[in-house]
Amino acid sequence: MLRILQAGFFSSIQDLGRFGYRDKGVPVSGAMDLYSAQFANALLGNTKDAALIEMTMLGGKFQFLERTVIAVSGAFMNPTLNGDAVLQNKLIKIQPNDVLYFGGAEKGFRTYLAVKGGFKTETILGSRSMYPSVTTQSVIKKDDHIIYEPFQGVEEALSKVKYQDSHLESNILDVFKGVEFDMLSENQKQQLFSEQFKVSKNNNRMAYQLEPLLDNNLKPILSSPVLPGTVQLIPNGNLIVLTRDCQTTGGYPRVLQLTERSINILAQKNSGNTINFRLKE
Amino acid sequence: MDYELKFSRYNEHSILIEWPAVMDENMLKNILDYKKSIQNSSVELVVEVINTFNSLLIIYDLTIDDVYGEILRLKSLKIKAETIEEASSKLWRIPVCYDDDFGIDLEAFSKEKQLSKNEVIELHSSAIYTIFFIGFLPGFLYLGGLDKKLYLDRKSTPNLDIKKGSVGIGGSQTGIYPKNSPGGWHIIGKTPVDFFNAKSSPPCVFNAGDKLQFFEISKTEFLDLEQDIKNNKFQLTPELYA
Repeated sequence: MLRILQAGFFSSIQDLGRFGYRDKGVPVSGAMDLYSAQFANALLGNTKDAALIEMTMLGGKFQFLERTVIAVSGAFMNPTLNGDAVLQNKLIKIQPNDVLYFGGAEKGFRTYLAVKGGFKTETILGSRSMYPSVTTQSVIKKDDHIIYEPFQGVEEALSKVKYQDSHLESNILDVFKGVEFDMLSENQKQQLFSEQFKVSKNNNRMAYQLEPLLDNNLKPILSSPVLPGTVQLIPNGNLIVLTRDCQTTGGYPRVLQLTERSINILAQKNSGNTINFRLKE
Repeated sequence: MDYELKFSRYNEHSILIEWPAVMDENMLKNILDYKKSIQNSSVELVVEVINTFNSLLIIYDLTIDDVYGEILRLKSLKIKAETIEEASSKLWRIPVCYDDDFGIDLEAFSKEKQLSKNEVIELHSSAIYTIFFIGFLPGFLYLGGLDKKLYLDRKSTPNLDIKKGSVGIGGSQTGIYPKNSPGGWHIIGKTPVDFFNAKSSPPCVFNAGDKLQFFEISKTEFLDLEQDIKNNKFQLTPELYA
């Protein structure tokens, strides 16, 4: 059992996401930065779909009640175990009653805490990813208890792959042309690839809004499929990058589509961070 | 009917097929037949196929190495899609209470449209709607078939808290809010029926291609039905629609 002493700014349980229910309007969800999440699970030898804790901007404080092994990956939040600094992207041995503490994110925006075997919260529609109106809880709260299976075995890193720090530093987002890309004027196309965009304060698990606005006279389209990473241009000129909890359909022109890798890079960006789009042919 | 289709890569692991950008029931049938054909032929490759008014998005398990080859394969399935036999669809009859307590905008709506409340109710509940797809929120049905006399642009200022089950009209569409949410539609009634329940299997009984009709119930009937639904004593069953 994991006791939540402090939940942090916005923490939730996530896995790879919820598949097979998009035709009922259910978002995919899943870890915002799948690269870091899968890295932590791989270190522990977990299955890819093991559930972990995703912390945003400010981490939490957790007490482990049983022995196990954990791994922390993603944004750097100065993790300490019983007051002593611990390394990210390495296995960390946990004894009963150990307290793991995270501060504010110094590099990156989202940090993942994975435990051997994964956290065992409720599985709804094939996934543990928290999402309002699907799972009972949509965030982790103080005093929650989260189940994990105790692990007594020998700790040995099962993956020899190195975490790519460039993942947290890069601000280049590779994109495909979106379905409605050709509706854009030459001027708009040029602006998309020459302008440096800033993540606005309106950013969350559903979408990231970018600044500045684009000149725009495109009208809404017939509601059509969208995916995480779809960049919509709304009538006021706002570019909106959809993220993991996005709706399954949308009615605005889809001007760009982020690659999977770029969605993970964007997930580590906070308001004020800048990004550039780069067209992938 | 032959439609001009456009095939394109959506991202590393998805392909989009687009029909002309219109809402049309015959075209929907063509889209759904194609969807079935893709699902039947690609069990191991394809994770999900989503349809909207004029698109199919095919989401694969892995990165598609040969996009061109895969598009050719999808095109070959189109021929088979056209041979799928005519099947009768389901008709769902949905109880709605149009009382002012629930249909908070019905009065204003009928004035704006210069119709009596009864005329609005009659027009709204006599039509047979087609479920084009489910999107926007879990369990939100995109319905086609609203009588033109009831078209009215969305409100300029959205309501911040529209109650679950509220039935509204926005532009050329009518729909049901599957959960409490903000929204800009004119609310004309409310249904006690659950449109989405994550803990049921399936979480939403409706499918694209099904038909739906509303019927009027009184406030007393609404409250009784609401109680029955809460106690699991009510189950919505569809009729056959030829």
